Amino acid sequence: MSTALGVLARFGAMIGLLLVNGVVLIYMLRKVLGRLHLRIGPNRVGPWGILQTINDVIKLLTKEDLRPDSADAWLFNIAPFLIFVPSFMAYIPLVFGPTLAVTSLDTGLLLAFALTSLVPLGVLMAGWSSNSKWSLLGGMRAAGLQIAYEVPLLLSALGPVMMAGSLDPVKIVAAQSGVWLGFIPRWFVLPQLIAFVVYAISSQAETQQTPFDMSEAESELITGFANEYGGMRFSFMYLAEFSNMFVVSAIGTMLFFGGWQLPWLATPAWLAPLVFMAKTYTGIFVMMWARGSLPRFRVDQMLSFCWKVLIPVSLAWVVLWACIQRLWPVIAVAVSR
Amino acid sequence: MTDEEHMGWQITSEGTQRPGPLPRGLRRIPRGVDELATEHLVLNMGPQHPSTHGVLHVLVELDGEEVIAAEASLGYLHRGIEKLAESRRYHQVPTLLDRADYLSGLHTETAWALTVEKLAGIEVPRKASWLRSLLMELNRYASHLVWIGTFGLDAGAMAPFLYIMRDREMILDVLEAITGSRMMFNYVRPGGVVADIPAGIDAKIREWLSHASGWLDENDALLGGNEIFRLRMNGTGVIDRTTALAFGMTGGCLRASGVDYDLRRDVPYCAYPELEFEVPTGQRGDNWDRYVVRVGEMRQCLRLIRQLLDGMPEGEFSSKRSRALKVPAGESYAAVESPRGELGIHLVSDGGLTPYRMRLRSPAYFNLAVVDEALAGGLIADAIVTLGSLDIVLGEIDR
Repeated sequence: MSTALGVLARFGAMIGLLLVNGVVLIYMLRKVLGRLHLRIGPNRVGPWGILQTINDVIKLLTKEDLRPDSADAWLFNIAPFLIFVPSFMAYIPLVFGPTLAVTSLDTGLLLAFALTSLVPLGVLMAGWSSNSKWSLLGGMRAAGLQIAYEVPLLLSALGPVMMAGSLDPVKIVAAQSGVWLGFIPRWFVLPQLIAFVVYAISSQAETQQTPFDMSEAESELITGFANEYGGMRFSFMYLAEFSNMFVVSAIGTMLFFGGWQLPWLATPAWLAPLVFMAKTYTGIFVMMWARGSLPRFRVDQMLSFCWKVLIPVSLAWVVLWACIQRLWPVIAVAVSR
Repeated sequence: MTDEEHMGWQITSEGTQRPGPLPRGLRRIPRGVDELATEHLVLNMGPQHPSTHGVLHVLVELDGEEVIAAEASLGYLHRGIEKLAESRRYHQVPTLLDRADYLSGLHTETAWALTVEKLAGIEVPRKASWLRSLLMELNRYASHLVWIGTFGLDAGAMAPFLYIMRDREMILDVLEAITGSRMMFNYVRPGGVVADIPAGIDAKIREWLSHASGWLDENDALLGGNEIFRLRMNGTGVIDRTTALAFGMTGGCLRASGVDYDLRRDVPYCAYPELEFEVPTGQRGDNWDRYVVRVGEMRQCLRLIRQLLDGMPEGEFSSKRSRALKVPAGESYAAVESPRGELGIHLVSDGGLTPYRMRLRSPAYFNLAVVDEALAGGLIADAIVTLGSLDIVLGEIDR
């Protein structure tokens, strides 16, 4: 009984976090883009416009649930949830503090990546079932790109995993406590800089943001796969996009920036979630920054960049790092002599 | 005609689909490398599409993402401006012409004034010519700014579109102070201009000029300095010299293809014979060249505006004319270099109070005609930026 209650409580907390995150991130996106674009952003509803997103949610909720006549009803209806649910479930392995996670899994990282790689399925479904040429093109693009960028994303995560010796996010974060040489925080971003760059680029693609937003590509495909969606179904897709953003940024924080830990200082348990959120939101801010200032890649250029640059680089790095890590004790001993 | 035939596909006795003749003169690249039967997709881009710059409708035939053929379909913004002009007096026509090319109304107005003056033999005071040139250059800069911004949007960059609004607002404020309107000026009339520039406007323009160059560099760095943007632009949407000439292209699009032709220098009018400026040209005629040529043109614009401010003559801003202007029977044609190219007006008069016939040579119309050639062979994303690089204004194309 208590286990069931515990599961329910965690589930509720996850949903709550996701919704709050969604609302906050949409507001943040508008404000950040506004400031980057010499605008003010929302400032009418509530103080500093903070209630704008809530207004929009109410608007979307009260909209008619439209489905085009020619759409494949079953696929069309289910697609937004296939996009939303995996990105929601990817919150499971996130570690917010020393004792604050939905659950500790030995394969938590694998689970997160497995779940986020389900998203293209829903996108493809949405694009296909809408029975619109624009949606079809957008869906195809999204599927092609997300599958392509899944590979470097996974490969770039291997470096930190090797360093921590575990796929469990709790252990990966724990392995990053303390300092090197007495003053450098033991964050994996320093030795794994190359992996981090690959991770940052592919996570931007994974979340389909400018410069990799060709599946939505407003100026080309209008909104691509989401073209025929409106009301609540659209808002599920929209929410999933922001939820994905949070997940990749959070995983990046755990892999490369020491998760919930402060540098140099011991982190009190109550502060840990705040530190984690601050780091994650900083990552999201950088993603938004790129989104606000860069033009869009062309789809073939982006694919060739992925297959010809990112994947070879990340593969080479994995091999190189494996060698370094295996040989390090030998080198260290040799050097100390 | 059955559905299959209409889509250009037939079922043969073997059961495989082979392409049949396509309607509307669309072409197809022969396929059949493998056994997999694929179909081409005919996509209606527009008239409601964020990147067709108004209500243009482009019919594109796609093979996957690749554009096989494209055809522009016009007329969604037709308001019959040429016909309406036949029932307007000569000084009333500019109100219509402002609404043709709504991004650079002063060029169309000036073309009209020059045509009427040519046929009626009206002398224009020197100051009026200089004022026309000054306002046209300001207007050209504003129009090019909008082009840079929307071009950025086409390429997926949101920022430039909002950055350009800084300059544009200042220019439009200046234009409003001079003409009374931000876009629908009705300022240039046969014989001169409507009003002299108000006091203090000179300082206002100079204040803007002090920012303009830096802001332009910033926009240029944001777009032209970006590697992604360069990758997108280089070698796409190539229009070679012959094609450009064959389609009657003019303006920046023609110069980007390597033809050094600018009416301001080659068929001088207004104050341009007295001014110093260069005409930037490109070589390959791809999107990148068109971008570079327009940005170069903007820098020349700033140079021209400075000269026009410094050398602004004293005197009358208009010759005295009665409003019931009667133009002697005959024909005349005059053209100006609008931001989009050679904007000419052909006027036929029967000696009455209104024109017998007015015909607008819309540069964007000719520039747009090339989409057939320029879009084929690229991807959808290239098609969008190529269309954007042509700098079309539908108000002028459809008239």
